[in-house]
Amino acid sequence: MKSVYLDNNATTAVAPEVLAAMLPYFGDLYGNPSSMHSFGGQVAGAVDEARESLAELLHCEPEELIFTASGTESDNSAFWSALQSQPEKRHIVTSKVEHPAVLNVCQFWEREGYHLTYLDVDHLGRLDMEQYKKSLTPDTALVSIMFANNEVGNIFPIQTLSELAREKGILFHTDAVQAVGKIPIDLRHLPVDMLSLSGHKINAPKGIGALYVRKGVRFRSFLRGGHQELGRRAGTENVPYIVGLGMAAKLSQEFMQKERVDVALLRDQLESGLLESIPDARVNGDIENRLPNTSNISFKNVEGEAILLLLDRLGIAASSGSACTSGSLEPSHVLRAMGVPFNYAHGSIRLSLSRYTTEDDVKYVLKEFPGVIKTLRDISPFKD
Amino acid sequence: MWNYTQTVNDHFLRPHNVGPLKDANAIGEVGSLSCGDALKLYLKISDDGVIEKATFETFGCASAIASSSVLTDMVVGMKVDDALKLTNKDITNALGGLPKQKMHCSVMGQEALEAAIRNWKGEPATSHAHEEGKLVCKCFGVTDAQIIQAIRENNLKTVEEVTDYTKAGGACGQCLNEIAEILAHELKQESLKEIQPKKRMTNVQRMQKALKVIDEEIRPKLVADGGDIELVDVDGKRVLVSLRGRCSQCKSSEVTLRDLVEKTLREHVEPDIIVEEA
Repeated sequence: MKSVYLDNNATTAVAPEVLAAMLPYFGDLYGNPSSMHSFGGQVAGAVDEARESLAELLHCEPEELIFTASGTESDNSAFWSALQSQPEKRHIVTSKVEHPAVLNVCQFWEREGYHLTYLDVDHLGRLDMEQYKKSLTPDTALVSIMFANNEVGNIFPIQTLSELAREKGILFHTDAVQAVGKIPIDLRHLPVDMLSLSGHKINAPKGIGALYVRKGVRFRSFLRGGHQELGRRAGTENVPYIVGLGMAAKLSQEFMQKERVDVALLRDQLESGLLESIPDARVNGDIENRLPNTSNISFKNVEGEAILLLLDRLGIAASSGSACTSGSLEPSHVLRAMGVPFNYAHGSIRLSLSRYTTEDDVKYVLKEFPGVIKTLRDISPFKD
Repeated sequence: MWNYTQTVNDHFLRPHNVGPLKDANAIGEVGSLSCGDALKLYLKISDDGVIEKATFETFGCASAIASSSVLTDMVVGMKVDDALKLTNKDITNALGGLPKQKMHCSVMGQEALEAAIRNWKGEPATSHAHEEGKLVCKCFGVTDAQIIQAIRENNLKTVEEVTDYTKAGGACGQCLNEIAEILAHELKQESLKEIQPKKRMTNVQRMQKALKVIDEEIRPKLVADGGDIELVDVDGKRVLVSLRGRCSQCKSSEVTLRDLVEKTLREHVEPDIIVEEA
């Protein structure tokens, strides 16, 4: 059976080049980079090289990057550092559409007594800039707003947002897990203080991430212990995975143009094809400012989990913002924040492509998808 | 990904009895678009009260579709009165089980069946539990009567289980405290049923039950007023207790002994208990 993987915002395949780069570090090159012998020396060099590759992708200094175990750890560390280094400030600004790795951290600090501002979004998922400007106060310790949304793909105006925070002397963090490797990010011209990224979204394996901390920004470490990562993240370096992330960063740069153009074209072909062949379908998100690989479509009067399971039978992998897929009883917080009507929110499907998606894949999905929706609509008691 | 049984998958992928039933004389509708699942059940019931045909239309996840499909198989050939005795557990069992977060799908099936039969009998379409209860969960429109029914039929012990079975409390969460109260009340009823006196009670049984009632029923009330109580001995029907804390100096301790301690023990242990202060 044909297999089409369109869930690349959840995780990506490990690139063959990445795997090949990593393998020696599971073999002979097992040294600890901190060791004072050649076993350590060999791998310390590889860690440095990976850091340089990642720095090149983001246009920052290698020393500004801290390797972590995940995007989630990077987010947690950013909050910890920002709040611990400015104990007198008690206010945090974020948005209602963040990933749980930020939202649940915000809720934790809220329970600890911090004041939170959760910024609203409009029906397209765009931030309310006036509300944002008003939310920044002398008591604000941190602004944390995602670079791009994982569910609908919206890209937020991080340039403007971070400049406004900078003017007021407020630290700015962005969860860029979905943006890195998909759109160009140039930290020379972008005044963000901290940025989180994750390896497994850019064809490196799961279990590796990084946090960028701008030179000059005070940093308080979240993990204590050894002096690794210039004392900013204790714990022996995960050498093979760091090497993998470095290779993934190189590939991202090489493929950036292809991603931006070819993937976006395939995505558009898929999206417009589905909208043409399936009635009562609508796109969620800001199509003018979207990741090139993401399409979020709602199908009226059908339920997302049922769609996913029928697609899975056809070898098509996607994801849904429906309540039933998560075990929660409400549709996605992102779609709710956008005010997507219930009869559409429960039937939302996210299709996220990658550099490995082919035109054949898109054709296959376009051929099979309408039948799935028809089957479920035939069962549904809601016909209009 | 959910771990559905083969039966759930079979009914989801190839649902039985789909679509409106032209000669239906009973229709039950539950759920709504906003809730994320809805079921419309069509029945053809004979004049002597036997369900001859059943079909459905469902909006919802795989387990909602499978629950509906298996339900239509189950009820055909059943007498209406027997069908009313079906519980959500019977639906779950017929499917070989459901993930616990999906139990509400089987509850929806049972409710639709009840609604359809009410419709046939010419009673108001809303289910019994819906009609009589007080609305607890505003997000999903769940009443206390529905919650109590789910607790009793499925022997639920936690608030999370109540949410899994009824959806109540699964959205904004404002009613979670109220659900906890209903649950606590139900569990208390349950535990009291257990300790209803049997015909003959040994001294040891009597002592254990007295101890339990003192711990669960009496002490919390005294503690709330700064007092406490200790069971000293049980001698036949005589229960010796000692009042502690503020109760020991209280002028009305005699009243406490009669009106609270003795009365409660008589109610829950044996009707002829005599309480004395040690």
